[in-house]
Amino acid sequence: MGLIKGLRDSISRVTDRLFAEDEQKRIGIYGPPNAGKTTLANRIARDWTGDAVGPESRIPHETRRARRKENVEIERDGKSVTIDIVDTPGVTTKVDYEEFLEYDMEEDDAVRRSREATEGVAEAMHWLREDVDGVIYVLDSTEDPFTQVNTMLVGIIESQDLPVLILANKIDLEESSVQRIRNAFPQHETIPLSALEGDNMDEVYEKIAEYFG
Amino acid sequence: MPEARKPTDDPTGNGVRIDLISAQRMEELTSMEKVREILDGVREGNIVVLEEGLSPEEESRLIEVTMAEISPDRPDEFSGIEIETYPKTGTSESGLLGRLMGKESTPPLTVIGPADQIETLHKDETLISALVSRK
Repeated sequence: MGLIKGLRDSISRVTDRLFAEDEQKRIGIYGPPNAGKTTLANRIARDWTGDAVGPESRIPHETRRARRKENVEIERDGKSVTIDIVDTPGVTTKVDYEEFLEYDMEEDDAVRRSREATEGVAEAMHWLREDVDGVIYVLDSTEDPFTQVNTMLVGIIESQDLPVLILANKIDLEESSVQRIRNAFPQHETIPLSALEGDNMDEVYEKIAEYFG
Repeated sequence: MPEARKPTDDPTGNGVRIDLISAQRMEELTSMEKVREILDGVREGNIVVLEEGLSPEEESRLIEVTMAEISPDRPDEFSGIEIETYPKTGTSESGLLGRLMGKESTPPLTVIGPADQIETLHKDETLISALVSRK
C-alpha cells in the first residue's frame, strides 16, 4: 500500500470517527486463542446487562463466530458510555484438528471444529479491518506475549489508528507476569485483571470509559 | 508480475527449498499478488524469506487467505503457516502521526514456512532461530 493511499485511508478513518462522535462504538475483543476473551465479554455483559455473550471453554477455539452484544451501558464517575462489545474468535496462523483430539474429542468433531475455527479467524480479521471502532486486546499473563500473532495483530490495530486497551488477564494464577506484557508493548497501557474472578474490573471499566467513551 | 519463480525443483527430494525474496521483487506486486507469492511457495513446502516484510494490511490479508486455504480434513496437505519477524521495540511510529512525520518504519525481515515444517526455537529483538524439517 502506498504512503499517500495509507495516509488518505487513515485520515478518512479518523475523520469518520470524529464526526461519528455520538454514535455507539463497536469495541472488538481480540487476542490469541484461550486468552479469556469470552470470559471477559461475559463478565462485562453480565455486570452491565445481566446476560452472557457466549460459552466459555478451556478448549481452544470455543468461539468460532464473532458475537456482538449491543447497548452495553457502563457507568463511571457519574458519566455513562454505551458500547457494543464484539467477542471475536482467537487469531492464529495455523489450525490442526489433531490439537483438539488431545481434549478427548472425536475425530469428526475435531475436524468440524477446525473448519469453523479457520472461518472464525478469517471473520475476526475482516471485522478488524472494517467493522470495529476500538479494540480491547486480551492476553493470558501466564504466557509469553512475544509471539508473532500478538506482534502482527497489535501492528494491524495501530495501522488502523484504532484506540487499543491491552488487558493482562489471569492474574489470579501464580505464573502470571503483567510486567512481561508491559515490556512487550511499552507503547500501550496495560491493565491487569482476572476476568474469571472479577479482579480489578473497576479499573478495567474506568479505562473502557476513558478510551472508548 | 515478475517472471516464473521456480528455477528447478529438488531432484533428490532430500532438501528444503528456501526462497529469499528481495524487497525490489515484492515492490512490483499488488497486495494479493504478494500473499499469493508467499502462500504458493509455502504450500509447496518451501521456506520463504522476505527481505522486507509485509505491511499490517497485507499481514491481515495473509492470515485471512491462509485460513481460507487450510483443509481441516487433510492436515497433511496444509495446516497453516509459521511466520516470524523481529519484534518491534519502543514507541510505535506506525500510526497516523508517525506517517505524517515521515517516520513510517520499514517492515523487518520476515520468515514464513509451513506450520508443520518450521518451529521457532528462539526469538528476540536481534535473533530469530528456527528449526526447519522436511515433511
